[in-house]
Amino acid sequence: MKWKTNNLLFIHVTRIVAFLILTFSIYLFFAGHDDPGGGFIGGLMTACSVLLLYLTFDKRKIDEMLPINYVYLIPAGLLIAFGTGFLGILFADPYLTQYFDYFTLPWIGEFELATAVLFDVGIYLGVAASALVIIVTIAGDE
Amino acid sequence: MSFLHWAILIPFLFAIIVPMLYKYIRPVHTGWFILIVPSVLFVFFLPYINPVADGETFMETVPWVPSLGINFSAFIDGWSLLFALLITGIGALVVLYSIYYLDKKYEDLTNFYVHLLMFMGAMLGVVLSDNVIVLYVFWELTSISSTLLISYWYHRDASINGALKSLNITVLGGFAMLAGFALLYVMTGTFSIQEMIGQAGGVIDHPLFLPTIILILLGAFTKSAQFPFHIWLPDAMEAPTPVSAYLHSATMVKAGIYLVARFTPLFGGAPEWFWIIAGGGLLTLLWGSLSAIRQKDLKGLLAYSTVSQLGMVMCLLGLGSAALYFDDANELYTVAILAAVFHLFNHASFKGSLFMTAGIVDHETGTRDIRALGGLMLVMPATATISLIGAASMAGIPPLNGFLSKEHFFMAITDATEYGIFNMETAGMLFPVIGWLASVFTFVYCCIFFFKTFAGPFEPERFAKKVHEAPIGMLISPAVLGLVVVIVGIFPNLLSQSIIEPSMAAILQGLPTDAEAFTVDIEHWHGFDLELFMTIGVVGFGSLLYLAMGKWRKLSIYNKTTDPFSPVYDSGITGLLKGSRLITNVQMTGRLRDYLTFVSAFFLIITIWTMIRYDAFVIDTQNISEISTYEVVLVGLLVISMLALPFIQQRVAAIVVLGFVGFLIALFFVNFRAPDLALTQLLIETVLVILFMLAFYHLPEFRKEKMKASFKWSNALLSFGVGLMVTLIALSAFSYGQGHDFSPVSDYYIENSADLAGGYNMVNVVLVDFRALDTVLEVLVLGVAALAVVALIRLKMKEGDDI
Amino acid sequence: MSIVVGVSFMVGTYLIMARSLLSVVIGLNMLAHGSHLLLLTMAGLKTGAPPLLDRPETAFSDPLPQALILTAIVISFGITAFTIAIAYRTYKVYQTDDLEQLRGSPDE
Repeated sequence: MKWKTNNLLFIHVTRIVAFLILTFSIYLFFAGHDDPGGGFIGGLMTACSVLLLYLTFDKRKIDEMLPINYVYLIPAGLLIAFGTGFLGILFADPYLTQYFDYFTLPWIGEFELATAVLFDVGIYLGVAASALVIIVTIAGDE
Repeated sequence: MSFLHWAILIPFLFAIIVPMLYKYIRPVHTGWFILIVPSVLFVFFLPYINPVADGETFMETVPWVPSLGINFSAFIDGWSLLFALLITGIGALVVLYSIYYLDKKYEDLTNFYVHLLMFMGAMLGVVLSDNVIVLYVFWELTSISSTLLISYWYHRDASINGALKSLNITVLGGFAMLAGFALLYVMTGTFSIQEMIGQAGGVIDHPLFLPTIILILLGAFTKSAQFPFHIWLPDAMEAPTPVSAYLHSATMVKAGIYLVARFTPLFGGAPEWFWIIAGGGLLTLLWGSLSAIRQKDLKGLLAYSTVSQLGMVMCLLGLGSAALYFDDANELYTVAILAAVFHLFNHASFKGSLFMTAGIVDHETGTRDIRALGGLMLVMPATATISLIGAASMAGIPPLNGFLSKEHFFMAITDATEYGIFNMETAGMLFPVIGWLASVFTFVYCCIFFFKTFAGPFEPERFAKKVHEAPIGMLISPAVLGLVVVIVGIFPNLLSQSIIEPSMAAILQGLPTDAEAFTVDIEHWHGFDLELFMTIGVVGFGSLLYLAMGKWRKLSIYNKTTDPFSPVYDSGITGLLKGSRLITNVQMTGRLRDYLTFVSAFFLIITIWTMIRYDAFVIDTQNISEISTYEVVLVGLLVISMLALPFIQQRVAAIVVLGFVGFLIALFFVNFRAPDLALTQLLIETVLVILFMLAFYHLPEFRKEKMKASFKWSNALLSFGVGLMVTLIALSAFSYGQGHDFSPVSDYYIENSADLAGGYNMVNVVLVDFRALDTVLEVLVLGVAALAVVALIRLKMKEGDDI
Repeated sequence: MSIVVGVSFMVGTYLIMARSLLSVVIGLNMLAHGSHLLLLTMAGLKTGAPPLLDRPETAFSDPLPQALILTAIVISFGITAFTIAIAYRTYKVYQTDDLEQLRGSPDE
């Protein structure tokens, strides 16, 4: 990050707030099915909380804290999202003929909730990782 | 998927596998593996001969786009079986020949065989598909693979030029053909050829008949190198000789003939069809044989001779179509079809062997120029013998098969004068006269081909390398074809029931096939009749002309080898390039602003035009929701901050205002009952502002725009126009929607999201359940954008760098 | 509301025709805002409660356009980020953000 900050209050507030936001983002993510929220919003919120950390602390410190390469999270999220679709093919035998209708799986009973949330996890990861990758890359460039 | 479909697809599958295998089988010539494909397919097609000869046909259908009536239907009758056998049989021989022709040490065999297999599959697809759209796809694939094969030695300019020429001409024709097929669909309502033939009745009287046949024949004539589209074929001789023997004499160029014959039951009997095909073919026959004489290049000579022979078959098909006019299987007309089918087969055999021997000569001596060649008879006796058989058959000398089909050709063209339809009683005399003349020229170039190459004294010092006979493997394929020439010549009736009769029945569908005229019985001797005297005349005059060559070889017309139609094509191409460059230069200024101006102006004009045209400006104030003061304030703030944006001179201020606008829009979303949107917008805006700040921390301040006032005003005006237009569209569309009672799609979602997806937040349910595929793809887009950013920033490309 | 849409399109169009790369990016963003609002307006404003089924209301505003806009917002974020990165990189390499100076040769 370009600017160094040593505002003590800021640092302490951030420490708490960032994790509050993170928690809230996870709540939003799970609330998504019935209330406002969901994969997109949760993902963006998570990205915001991590960004706040980046704004406050040194980049190196965060890399120690969160040793994740966000770039790998993008395909991981996509794989999860696409993969749940294939689950549909496996279970939804009547829909095999029009196989791109696999997202209609929740039509049939029990898998419904599980796959929808799984799918949303994919979206969540993809969105959060993409947003982070974009910003961190531009910020990290010298 | 039936075996027929697999027969079409197997070559493609092999084409995919070959490059992967190539690494592991390097010690052995790749050709040996490829050889399996056509040989197996040939054996596979053989058992069809018997049932097809009994009048059976086979149709296998796999749905492709059933909603549009496009099905991958494979159809076999006598005519397509003949082609399937030619493609696989000659294909096997050509592959065998190529194993010796192309050295595995120096040549890129993968490219060659992949393209060759691609062609083989595509060509089988052309002759076996019943659906015209599928046929078209395969048709273009043959053009493409042919182009790739012509440009096989891609470092030579001539190869590239020849390849481009063939691509331009054949694809142009193919495209016209597609348009013709579309018109056919309009007329008949089906894409299946057999169904069209089943309801042939109304087609000929339909007002679209003439444009349709012209378009379809454009495709057939360009592919079969008919006058004046023949110019690509001589240039295609830059291809390796196996390719010339296979594509450019035995199979691909006959696709046009295949198509014409295939559509004869549908269009035959119309005078336009008769005259275009018979006349075009006759002209091609004469032009090709005349041009062939002038060639100095062995393969060029063969190319023009192919042009001329294809013209002859085409002409015969045209004449034969008259039978459908009379609806009568009289031998007077069917003999033309007989001659066409028979000659098609014979041509494939003798021309294939001639091309291969020409290739051998080229391979062993290093030259194909007939002025340099001579006296090879003693050095290469086997090659000379095979060439002699081929050339004599082409010239029409008994007892070879070329003689027999030539006799039938003479019979057909003399019979044509007695048709008594389509002005044949007057113009009909042209056919025997021109046909006979062309045969004389054919005889002459056959003599040139053989004697200039093989006769005369042998002078080893004229050749760059030491000349010797070709290896035995190289001789097998032409020898097999030569053997076919002799055997069919002596026992012609081997073919008559198995191949020729079913083919005739397929071409003349609808006529009673048990009629006398369909019983083919080819004889060598049928008395001292007109045909025999014509043959004797051809041999006599031809020999005289050849012997007198010393006299006319000094004529300037002999020494110019370029076809007079080639410059027409060349100038057309350069003109096209110049024209398009002119247009591009006007429009591609390199300024982003200009492009955007074009786009906006175009958008403006086209929407205004449409709106006025359909009288769509409606402004309806009835259904507008009431506006509260809170909203008035919001709108006011939003409008002011947006309008302020262009006038802001500081970078940071601009970004802050932009963020402000974004947050205001989030407020709007809250106000308009869209909580999900509001949340998303808020978060996105936050992230975006951070991003802007980061990125533009480095960028310079806005500069005072130094542009002319008039320019500024025109930009402002255009922007104002766009804005106004969008407003009007929004208002009108909304009013229109109110005026018409559409039931929105979303009712379904509202009703079903709780029951079917178990969620109460409909927006989210729509996203993850009903339209989940869209959502995944959207995240994919986002991911791609992120990776692109990483690539842009991390790779640090400099000017001129490439990835 | 339609007027707001019109204004945002107008400003967006004006800005993308400007000389500075930053203006172009901002203009693009404005166009995106405009189209989101346009979609929302088209669906009819204030026809009912938020599209959440577990509330007592029975009339809802249309969920489909909202889902579309949600998608559009995220996509436009991706696009804006990408253009920002391009602008940034361009500036790093060429040391200018003036589109006039960035013009290629006329024959390209």
